Amino acid sequence: MIEEFRGKINGMLLDEFEKEANAMKLTKAQREKALKLLEKRYKEYKINPGEAIGVITAESFGEPGTQMTLNIFHFAGVSELNVTLGLPRLIEIFDARKEVSTPIMEVYLKKPYNTDIKAVKKVAAMIKETKLRELAHEFLINIIKKQIEVVLNKGNMRNLGITEKFLFDALAVKLKKVKIRKASNGNVVLKPDLEEVSLKDVYKLKEKAKETFIKGIEGISQVLPIKQGNEFVILTTGSNLKDTLKLEQVDETRTISNSLFEIASILGIEAAREAIVYEAKKVITEQGLDVDTRHILFISDLMTATGRVKGVTRSGITGEKESVLARATFETPLKHITGAALAGEEDLLNSVVENVLLNQPVPLGTGLPGLVASMKKNE
Amino acid sequence: MDEERLKHRFVPKHEILSEEEKKAVLERYNISLRQLPKILAKDVVIKAINAKVGDVIKITRKSPTAKQSVYYRVVVDD
Repeated sequence: MIEEFRGKINGMLLDEFEKEANAMKLTKAQREKALKLLEKRYKEYKINPGEAIGVITAESFGEPGTQMTLNIFHFAGVSELNVTLGLPRLIEIFDARKEVSTPIMEVYLKKPYNTDIKAVKKVAAMIKETKLRELAHEFLINIIKKQIEVVLNKGNMRNLGITEKFLFDALAVKLKKVKIRKASNGNVVLKPDLEEVSLKDVYKLKEKAKETFIKGIEGISQVLPIKQGNEFVILTTGSNLKDTLKLEQVDETRTISNSLFEIASILGIEAAREAIVYEAKKVITEQGLDVDTRHILFISDLMTATGRVKGVTRSGITGEKESVLARATFETPLKHITGAALAGEEDLLNSVVENVLLNQPVPLGTGLPGLVASMKKNE
Repeated sequence: MDEERLKHRFVPKHEILSEEEKKAVLERYNISLRQLPKILAKDVVIKAINAKVGDVIKITRKSPTAKQSVYYRVVVDD
């Protein structure tokens, strides 16, 4: 019988109803009666057409926002990772910033790698990016010969599993226009491959050489395996979802990044919507606040409606409003008004903001419907 | 590679609607095609299911408030 009401009533309500009904051992007739009542109540509690849900959503985020931490950095739990939390993070999500201030990935591993800490650490080492500076004791500048001598740290190289051949191959790929050779004392000698080498070039090369990428996944500067339930998850500082998902040990069905744009480009717009919900919820619950999920779902739908991730900014969803006056009210009014004048734009006054501005009834609630009366014909 | 992305926990089920289904959806909500939310033709999922510009995609999401929810997007160029 419950199946008849699927589609008419919220699926979660129905599941709950079934559980309760079974517990109370309701008869078939009672169930039918109860379900009909439930359907009636459910319809009554739906949002009415013309309700100002946008304003309600904005207020629902605005008030808890005043109680959030204003500190940009926070140490999340026991981990040593630096994470942006609270209001700054929420603003970052809803503004849809291209660059996240603290990019993080949650890397899940496939079985059997995810339960053995040794295997997890091995994968973590594979993911972590290694730069030349971590393999060197020091970088010496030889002013007379105009070259750099890198004193290698053999111990570190062994720990990270980097052979000399691997190192030279990696350097040859990454350092263009540089002569690379091995000195008799084991040092790596780097010399700019120019006709006339100035000292400035050598200094430049030294700085560049330090940051040269050797191994791992580019952009991942820190890795931290943590226990979550009965498996290990690797948290990373820095994000590179594309390359991480290529690793065979990584569970490509669960691994995520906190960068909305990265998710949108690698997993599609629907995944980005899901990520907005996930990230916004995470911030709100971490702060011990409670905002109804429906508000978050609503914003996420709005932010992804165009097929791209758009923030709630003048270049994002607010900037795409039809009405010139509505756009001008938000930010940079002169720009919008002069732009509209040049383009000969028209404002049909269809929406709320522009009508508030002009002191007219707004199309909300009872202001929304137009009345059509059917007159009785004179007999 | 694109097919693998479909298995990700953040990617809901995407289906291409037939012409009749497309018509029924537009009629049901009393809207034109351009009023639907959009999805780009270069979107990973669209490439994976081989949808064309102008197709309507039915997306069946897991919803935290309603268990399951259905959403429609139209494939657009650019």
